Amino acid sequence: MNKVLSKEMTARELVDATYDAIKNTDTDINAFVELTPDLAYEAADKVDARIKAGQSDQIGPLAGVPIGIKDNMNMIGSKMTCCSNMLKEFESVFTATVVEKILAAGALPIGKTNMDEFALGSSTETSIFGPTKNPWDLDRVPGGSSGGSAAAVAARMVPISLGSDTGGSIRQPGACTATVALKPTFGRVSRWGVAPVAGSLDQVGPIANSVNEVAVTLNAIAGHDPHDAMTEGHDIVDFTSKLDAGAKGLRVAVAKDLLEADGLDPQVKAGVENAVSLLEADGAKVGEITLPHSEYAISTYYVLMSAEASSNLARLDGIRYGARAADTDDVIDLYLRTRKDGFGPETIRRIMVGTYVLSADHYEDYYDRAMRARTLISQDFDKVFADYDVIVAPTMPTTAFKLGEKQDPLTMYLSDTFTVPVNLAGIAALSMPSGLSRDGLPLGVQLIGGHFDEATLLQAAAALERSLAFDALPAHRVGARA
Amino acid sequence: MALTTEETKHVAMLARIGLSDQEIETLKNELNDVFAHIDSFKELDLDGVVETIHPIEVKNVMRDDVIAPPLGVEAAMKNAPAHEGSAFLVPRIVAVGGDAS
Repeated sequence: MNKVLSKEMTARELVDATYDAIKNTDTDINAFVELTPDLAYEAADKVDARIKAGQSDQIGPLAGVPIGIKDNMNMIGSKMTCCSNMLKEFESVFTATVVEKILAAGALPIGKTNMDEFALGSSTETSIFGPTKNPWDLDRVPGGSSGGSAAAVAARMVPISLGSDTGGSIRQPGACTATVALKPTFGRVSRWGVAPVAGSLDQVGPIANSVNEVAVTLNAIAGHDPHDAMTEGHDIVDFTSKLDAGAKGLRVAVAKDLLEADGLDPQVKAGVENAVSLLEADGAKVGEITLPHSEYAISTYYVLMSAEASSNLARLDGIRYGARAADTDDVIDLYLRTRKDGFGPETIRRIMVGTYVLSADHYEDYYDRAMRARTLISQDFDKVFADYDVIVAPTMPTTAFKLGEKQDPLTMYLSDTFTVPVNLAGIAALSMPSGLSRDGLPLGVQLIGGHFDEATLLQAAAALERSLAFDALPAHRVGARA
Repeated sequence: MALTTEETKHVAMLARIGLSDQEIETLKNELNDVFAHIDSFKELDLDGVVETIHPIEVKNVMRDDVIAPPLGVEAAMKNAPAHEGSAFLVPRIVAVGGDAS
């Protein structure tokens, strides 16, 4: 229950308490890269004024809720660094639509959260501000790239945060931190004002500690925005409407081939199987399916994502905004040195892959092939969703790995095996905790829904949440040391 | 497929990233590892399969051409690494004497 609406405390007092908690907890975790107290107190005062005037009915559904915002989303009054040297001093000059919407809903913007540089990563280790640590085990990564957003929620510093997901960057940190993390359907939430990675894959979504909070946040941020053509023409429903409906009658598909994939931790697999059993016990009709082209998803994804990222990052040339190398000889020298100094190694790798696959000699073999392979991967899902409502699968192959463990780029890419097919198909999916491993680390289960059917996806998630009754807490969280 | 040192240098130049010889060698090896995996999709039979450009159905949207407030010069210049008034400052592009540098 929201303590501000129940008048146990004012929104201003809640902001005070939130910053105190962050001061104590985030020194270990490093979830926030910038705190925005001016904006948070301004938002709090508006909420408090409305409550004082007896106008509680006129404040939004997230009134008095502290939120974290991934540092690739613009918000006037803060920086947007993308955790890169290239944009280290970049101050937002407008506010992203998704941030405008969440502020209009009454949320209190506490700060910007840590991420892999330009959201290109699966561990939050490539941030120039240093890695975020997993609240469940400080030697482990929180997943990525929205690791700061997930860790802030898992450690109870804020109840809700916003992340972005190009190939798993919301769901994968969700699995690592035992949070509920939703990537909505492509086109559901505006990306205007969010630094693009890959325009045909990117989507913004919420991370929280319950399915209900995720659904309420989606209600606040979904919808048409004239600045993002992909948001045109989709009906908006109340995403909380089916949360109490239970699993009875839901048609649940088990992704059999994904559960037999090489490298899948048996404990993750057991968590997925348990989730399926619980849904079945709750009345769902369960069947087995396969997604035969998913084994080509990583190849397809890394071609398309790198191509689009290299194109998007071409705008960072040291001329109009961002960093610029000093004392350059001429304009080509300026480009070469600015981009070498401004980008970290992983960003450079992806720009190189993308530039290569888009170059004249290789376009047909890679970029064109990948666009066609994407069609086959999407059609696998279309066939399943003709007969089923929800697919149950792992979120990631293992539990959270150790900081520095994955030095080889390809090994890191393979941690996205179960999440990237969803982005290629543009459908919705969420990760939620299925339990803990023997060594006390979160296990994630992924529920995948059809295009624009988040309401049914959230219905299944809410039913599973009740059956699982997962209530474990991470060791490193607000109040744990008190 | 394997990238050579020369090809890697060429791609880095296309991407306008100034890398040292050592960095080019490291990247060449990393990219060859990545492409060795990516190349697995070459076994897919894609004859007659159409490309997916957007993962959802997209239709053209028309709207009235209404003038909205622009970003404004001050905001546009706020993050410029070097500017004078409303102009971005850049290094000399045309050499003294008029030859393109």
